[in-house]
Parts: sequence; structure tokens; C-alpha cells
Amino acid sequence: MTKFIDLTLSGISNGAVYAAVALALVLIWRATRIVNFAQGAMLMITTFIASAVINRTGSYVAGLLVALACGLIIGALVERLLVRPVENASPLNAVILTLGLYTVLVAIAGMIWGNTPRSFPAAFSLRGYRVGHTTLLFTPNDTFIVLTVIATAAVLALIFRATSLGLRMRAAAFAPEVARLLGVRVGRMFTVGWALAAVAGALAGVLIAPSSFLGPNSFDPLLISGFVAAVLGGLDSPPGAVIGGLILGLALSYVSGYEGTALVPLAALAILVIVLMIRPGGLFSVSQERRV
Amino acid sequence: MLEVKQLCTDYGPVRAVDEVSLAVPEGSVLAVLGANGAGKTSLLRTISGLVPASAGQILLDGQDITRLSVEAIVRHGLAHVPEGRGVIPELTVEENLRLGGLWRGRDAAPLDEIYELFPRLRERSRQPASRLSGGERQMLSIGRALVARPRALLLDEPSLGLAPLLVAQIMGLVRRLADTLGLAVLLVEQNARSALSVANRGVVLNLGRVVVEEEAARLTADEGLRHAYLGF
Amino acid sequence: MTLAARLLRVTLVRSLALVIAAGVILYLVTGSLSDYRNTQIASGAYYFAALAGLTVLAGQSGRISIGHGALMAVGAYTAVLLITKEGWSLAPALAAGAAATAVVGVPMGVAATRLQGPYLAGATLAFAVGLPALADKFPGLFGGENGLTMNPPTPPSWESSLSLYHWGAWVACLCALVVLFVLYNLVHSGAGRSLRAVRDDEIAASLCGLRVGQTQTRAFVISAAAAGLGGGVLATVVLNSVAPGAFPFSLSLDLLAGVVIGGLGSLVGAIWGAALLVLLPNWTNDLANAFSGSTNVKSNLPLAVYGVVLIVLILIWPTGIQGGVRALWRWLRGRLPQGRTPSRAA
Repeated sequence: MTKFIDLTLSGISNGAVYAAVALALVLIWRATRIVNFAQGAMLMITTFIASAVINRTGSYVAGLLVALACGLIIGALVERLLVRPVENASPLNAVILTLGLYTVLVAIAGMIWGNTPRSFPAAFSLRGYRVGHTTLLFTPNDTFIVLTVIATAAVLALIFRATSLGLRMRAAAFAPEVARLLGVRVGRMFTVGWALAAVAGALAGVLIAPSSFLGPNSFDPLLISGFVAAVLGGLDSPPGAVIGGLILGLALSYVSGYEGTALVPLAALAILVIVLMIRPGGLFSVSQERRV
Repeated sequence: MLEVKQLCTDYGPVRAVDEVSLAVPEGSVLAVLGANGAGKTSLLRTISGLVPASAGQILLDGQDITRLSVEAIVRHGLAHVPEGRGVIPELTVEENLRLGGLWRGRDAAPLDEIYELFPRLRERSRQPASRLSGGERQMLSIGRALVARPRALLLDEPSLGLAPLLVAQIMGLVRRLADTLGLAVLLVEQNARSALSVANRGVVLNLGRVVVEEEAARLTADEGLRHAYLGF
Repeated sequence: MTLAARLLRVTLVRSLALVIAAGVILYLVTGSLSDYRNTQIASGAYYFAALAGLTVLAGQSGRISIGHGALMAVGAYTAVLLITKEGWSLAPALAAGAAATAVVGVPMGVAATRLQGPYLAGATLAFAVGLPALADKFPGLFGGENGLTMNPPTPPSWESSLSLYHWGAWVACLCALVVLFVLYNLVHSGAGRSLRAVRDDEIAASLCGLRVGQTQTRAFVISAAAAGLGGGVLATVVLNSVAPGAFPFSLSLDLLAGVVIGGLGSLVGAIWGAALLVLLPNWTNDLANAFSGSTNVKSNLPLAVYGVVLIVLILIWPTGIQGGVRALWRWLRGRLPQGRTPSRAA
């Protein structure tokens, strides 16, 4: 029984991180109809930067904040310089572009920091909570992870639903041509969308780095999990991304606990295929009534 | 005053707008008529900047807006209600309206003014725009254009898909907007009769060229013209 | 028109002639090359097999897969297992490897018909990362992290004078030629036209009576078989072993880079791409040495170059090397004096 509870709790914690990455992918998909295959590599870079800052200053908070800021900048630059030219081309071009970007970022990281994964500090204690006589596998750090992701999702939701910026971003995503006719600078909205998405990604990287370690390829499984979670919840649905992340986190946790860690990537693949075959729009598919 | 001088638009080798010149003074309605494919929609899309002009000039109150981006043209006071209304179904009625005025900031029309014009929209303000009927969507898209207090208004086939009674109401509204707000209105329509009933002048396009340009009353009165170009 | 010219209009005859001519040339060439060069030729051959399949899939049917590295693994493991555990000889083992990969390709092909661009890319990505884990799950069968080793394939008795490397390179070339033959006929046939029709407009194609699903699945299965054959050659001829480490995710990315840089959808492009994949690591090594780069820089430089070239290409020149060659050819033809008989449409 304890094992089940442990697995459930760690599933929630991991799921929160998947949700953050899924959120990043969904934001970009909604705005520019592109799956950002470089998201994992982008957050890998910001996590390395955070590691460097933490080593230099000894402050976790500084590292986290710098990572988020770098995410913002990198996301904006990538959209403005690299993605803008292919936004209106065939989807194949965007896939290849983001994969090319992934390759470059991984290679650069390898050149600067080497290919051996290194450790990354956690924000809070990694000792499990004591309940009665048992020690759970859930730690204060896990609580921090879950709370930060929820807070981030809430802030993003607030931005989108309650601010004029969010209104403009939604309009640019749903109906770019009409939005232009209403004076919305659609290109700028896309840039902001990518920047915010990259912030969510950067957060996910810093949160999971203590357990996944930090190397150029350490976050590849995270990208896949984020993608599966996003597809699970529906690529058009930010709340779907969060819930998809949670469900995936739980599912993979159970697989890992009962079947072994080797099967986890295959389980993710299986879930992805099942969702795409049965309900390709995801659990929270929004009807596609796209107008000009 | 909206002026178009020798405007040409090409889609690759196809010339969709062929040296079109027209002028819409403040407070007047110019009806642009013609069959499908005559170039009416292309003309509007070129004026609002969605499509680049190959040659010619577009002037809004004397300012040359030909080479400007869509967003810049809109900020000069031009509003384009596109074919099919362009209502954003995922947003609520109120969000659609607010969107129209965001670039204006404080000088935008308060939503109450729009709700005065279109009481039905006030009832449905919190609903997603996908729930609106065709006529309500037309009101929403026109209302949304008005929030930004434009000087010139481009309307692309507002009567499309609407019942005759509604068409009459919309046309009447267009006339009132021109008279009371001093808008220069460029009204593209296939329903020539209703368009001419509220227009000052009419222009007929065929294969991208202007073939007739005349006072609306004279156009309606001339049977030969009517039969040849307008279908009634 | 002479009989020969008329015969050559038939695709089958033309491709057969092409393949036989190439085969003879390659046999002679590999006979006179050093062992090192022969290994490079063999590598180019297996890359070509995988790239040709992938480029036909991506270019002709518009479907992108970033899991072809894992498909190469399927062919590789099958071939090596049959040779080491069942005592099969080389040719049947390679064929079986291709067949096994084709079987794996069927469900993937079905999935490919239903999934649009990024979804398929994501699914194949998950496949590429997830499949190698199987080796760890069943270490008894697959040899775990260390994999399986085998003896290098020996030439049959009637060719016993050939060196092992010559024989290996020749076998690899033979496999590449088989792939070339099959794909050439596919592309230049009714089936190829169906593929392109489906790629360009699925609805119109199905209204014309084309079985959209079948056409695309078939394309995927064939490209999977080609990749499986390539993987088999990689394992049996070049590495004489198979292990999960030989098929990392970066292999699938290398294949994608080769296909795009060589020219999407073009078999000749696959040749450029294969040459690039074989030669680039050496060039970047030399480059890194010239700048006395650290090992970190050296090992990551090829990847960095692929990435940068991919990005630049897709932004500026998406048709790749072969696209550039074609443009150059058209430009040259345009400058020839008038009066030449116009060649038939390419």
C-alpha cells in the first residue's frame, strides 16, 4: 500500500513538471501551429545557465530567476529570428527547423559544458515527509515543484483571460488575419507567446534537474513526456496540458514502479499512440472552428 | 475622404484589380458592385493592406497608406469588415468588441455606445460568439469596427446569407452611420438593389476594371445599365 | 528510335541497366581501394539505404519520421540474431532483417496515414527514444547494453580471393543497389504518382479513387524495409556487432539532416546525403584539430554543423543540394542555343 501511495505522490510531482513542458508546447502550438521540438533543448540551456549562476552566487533563487529571464529572451529570439520565416510554410519546414535548433543547442551545450551529466541542487529538502512511522517518498521539494507549477499555470491563465495582452494573444492565435484588421500586431503576439512558453519550459527544467541530472541530452525524455501530455490533454487546451501532465505523470510512475524504469519510454509511446488513434484531439479537444 | 488612384493588384500572373480609381467622401456611401470574381473583395483587401498593391495609390484623408502594413493602416483610421464577418467564435461577444478598440486605448468608443446601437449584443455579451446567428454576427462585426472610431469603413458583402428584413436593417444602419458619424463607407455588395438604395454613388467592376461609375439614383433608374450589370 | 532507346524508356529496364552498370563499377572500385576506404564505402552504402527510404517517404509522400534510426536497429538486431543464434548466412539474414523491419513498419505506416505532420514526428520521436530500452528489458535475448557480437562475414568459396573488407564493401553496395532499384521503380511508376497525388491533395486523390491509406502505408513499409536493410549492413558488415549505443536518437537526426541537405524526395539527394554523413565527421575532426579544439568540441562539432546547416537550408534553400544541382542544370540549359530538341519533362 505504501508503495502505491509513494508512486502516486511521485507521479503527481513528476506530472507537474510534465504539465509545465506541455503548457509550453501548447502555448506555442496555439499561437503558431508549430510543435517546438527544440523545447527540451531550450530548457536544457536555461538550466545550465541556472547551474552556472548558482555555482557562482550560491543562491538558488538567483539561478531560478536568471533561468526564467533567459527563457523569456531565448524564446522571443527564436521566434523572431528563426521561426517567423517558416510560420506560413509547410509544417514539414517547421519540424525540420525545430529539430535543427535542437541539434545545435545540444551540440553547443556539449561543447561548452561537456557531455557528462552533472548534479543540480534542489530548492528544498529531499528528505521525505514522515507520516506516523513511515517516511513517504514525497519531499518538501516535491511540494515546491507542484506549487510552483500550479502558480505558473494560474498566472498564465490570468494573463490570457484577464488582460488586454492576453486578449490580443488569443485573437492572434485563433484568427490572425482578423486580428490584424483590428490593429493587433500579430507578429509581436507570437513572439510574446513563444517567450512565455519558454519561461514555462525553463521552470520545468530547473524543477526536474535535481532528479534527472544535467547534461545535453538529459531532457530528451522530458520533451517526449511533455509532448505526450500535451497531446493527451489536447494541443489546443492549456488546462488540458496541466491535466494531461498529471495523468501521464501518474501513469508513468505506476509503470516505473511495477514494471521497471526501462519500460517507461515505451509506455509513453503506447499512451501517445492510443490517444492519437482513439481521440486525436486529446481529452479536451476544442472544436476546430477556425475562421479567417 | 478615401481615395484610390489607378490601383492594380496581381496574384502572380492574374490581375485581379486593374487600374481602379474611386473616391469616397466623408459621410457618403460608395457601393461597389459586380459579379463573383469581379475583383471586389480583392479591392478591399488591397486597400486594407492584406494584399500588396502592384501599382497605384491609396489615400486616406490625403495620407498615402499604399505601402503600409495592415496594423498601420488600421491605426490611420480604416476599418475593414471582411467577407464572412470575421467574428472570432472562440471569444465572447464582449471580448470581440473590446478587441476592436484595444489599439485606440482611451479614445475608443465605450462599449455602451455599441450596445445602444445593437441591444441584442448586450443581451449576449458574455456568450461565445459562436452562438450568434448570422444577423447578430454581422452586427457584432460592424460594432467591433466602430469601437475604434474609424474614419473610413470597408464592408465586404454584409448582406451575405441574411434574410431580406435583416438586410434592409443593415443597409439602413450603414446609411445612418455615414450620416451621423461622417464615415466614408465603401460598400461591396452582390445585392445591388439594396446597396444602391442607401448609397450616394455606385461603381460596377468587371474583371477587375471599373466599367460604370455613376450616381446611385441614376444607376437604379437606367434600365439598360441595370439589366446589363446588376441583374435587375 | 533504336531498340535500345525504346527499351530504356521502360522504367524497369532503365533501372536494371543503371543498377548493373553501377554494380560493375563498384565491384571494380572496391577491389582497388584500401580497407579504410572500403569501410567508408560500406558506411555510405548503409546510409544510402536508410536515407533513400526516408527521402522517398518524406519527399514523395510528405510524411516525416524521426524514428528511422530505431528502424535500422530492428533490422540490425534481427540480422545479427539470426546469424549468431541460428547460424544463418549473410544474405538471408539481411533479407530477414529487412522483412522484420517491414513488419514493424506496418502499424507505423497505418499510424502515419492518420497523423498529420507534427503528430507523426512526435510519435516517431517517442519510438526512437523508447525502442532501445527494449534491449535492457530483455537482456537475455538482446545482450543488454553490450549487445551481441559476431564474426565478420566471409566471402563465399568462389570469391575467396577477396579481402574481408572488399567483400564487406561489395555486399553493402549490393544492398544499396537493391534499395535503389526498388525505390527508383516505385518513384517512377504509377504507385509513385499515386503517392505524390496523395501528398499534394488527399481529398482530391481519394475522390479519384486512390486508396489513400494503402498508398501511404505501403510507402512507409517500403521505407522501413530499406532502413532495416541499412541497419543490417551497419551491424553485420561495418560494426560486426549490434548494441543499443549504435542507434542513439542522434542517428535519426543524422538521417533527417542527410535527407534534407541532400534534397528532400530525391534519390540522388540520398547519395549526396550519404556522402555527407560519412565524410562530415572526418572534416569536422580535421577542423577541430586545426583549431586545437578539446574533445568536447570535437565530438560535438559534426552535430553542431548538421544543426546549423539544417536551419540555414530550411530558411534559405529548402531543396538541398540536389535542388541546387537541378537549378544549376536548368540555368545552364537556358543558356544553350535554341534549336535543341526539348527533353521530355523530368
